[in-house]
Amino acid sequence: MRVLIRGLGELCITAGLVLLLFVTYGLWGTGRYTRAQQDELGEDLQRSWSSKVTREKVELGRGMALIRIPRFGKKYRFVVVEGVTQKHLRKGPGHYPGSAMPGEVGNFVVSGHRTTYSAPFNRVGELRKGDEILIDTRERQFVYRVTGRKVVEPTAVEVTAPVPMRPKAKPDEPLITLTTCHPKYSAAERLIVFGELAETVPRAGSAVR
Amino acid sequence: MYAWIWRRLPGGWKLKTAVAAALVLVVVLVLWYGVFPWLEPKMRFDHGVVDSPAPAPGSGGG
Repeated sequence: MRVLIRGLGELCITAGLVLLLFVTYGLWGTGRYTRAQQDELGEDLQRSWSSKVTREKVELGRGMALIRIPRFGKKYRFVVVEGVTQKHLRKGPGHYPGSAMPGEVGNFVVSGHRTTYSAPFNRVGELRKGDEILIDTRERQFVYRVTGRKVVEPTAVEVTAPVPMRPKAKPDEPLITLTTCHPKYSAAERLIVFGELAETVPRAGSAVR
Repeated sequence: MYAWIWRRLPGGWKLKTAVAAALVLVVVLVLWYGVFPWLEPKMRFDHGVVDSPAPAPGSGGG
């Protein structure tokens, strides 16, 4: 009997340690993967931007823009990948294929992890009306400003419509929408941040004037 | 359980400690590089994509 109870206790302690290790893996280990992928994507993007090709094709899983949010500090910078499957979002924030391109009339929709895989959208809940979201592309920087946010059901695909919340409407202005999970460490709901294009400037360091 | 394993490790206490440490390391590596990467996508505690009620196969994450 004593042996049995001791064995059970040892099993419980082991399970606890394994769980702790799993949490470490989720919150920190996955981020290492994302950072390595981001470095690679960033170099890839810079190389593609400095080459002379003027027509570029956006491919799934490849970097397509840079996102920066001044409120999150100077160092906050992620390469946006094309695609929103698990595979893509592990590399960084992902652009919903089929939604508008940066600066285009319509809705530029980006999804990102909030707690794992470097947690690019960890702090989007702190964004306030008027905060800037900077999207760098080959030639231009698009300055979006936050207009609002909303917590919705995981199935609320209407937030990704060209005019958010009005799936049938025809878009007439360039918008941005960020989606991430809500509350933190849960997938029960989605936190959505809306914004609109405020300004378009040439990208610093861009070869094209 | 651990006492039973300890008794079956070869050699004196030094060798036993070394083998035990190696075993722990192997278990941690198998979990970290094998089990956790497989398990983590199934947990879905960080899922930020909005999906239609019947999501397309392979979609997810976030």
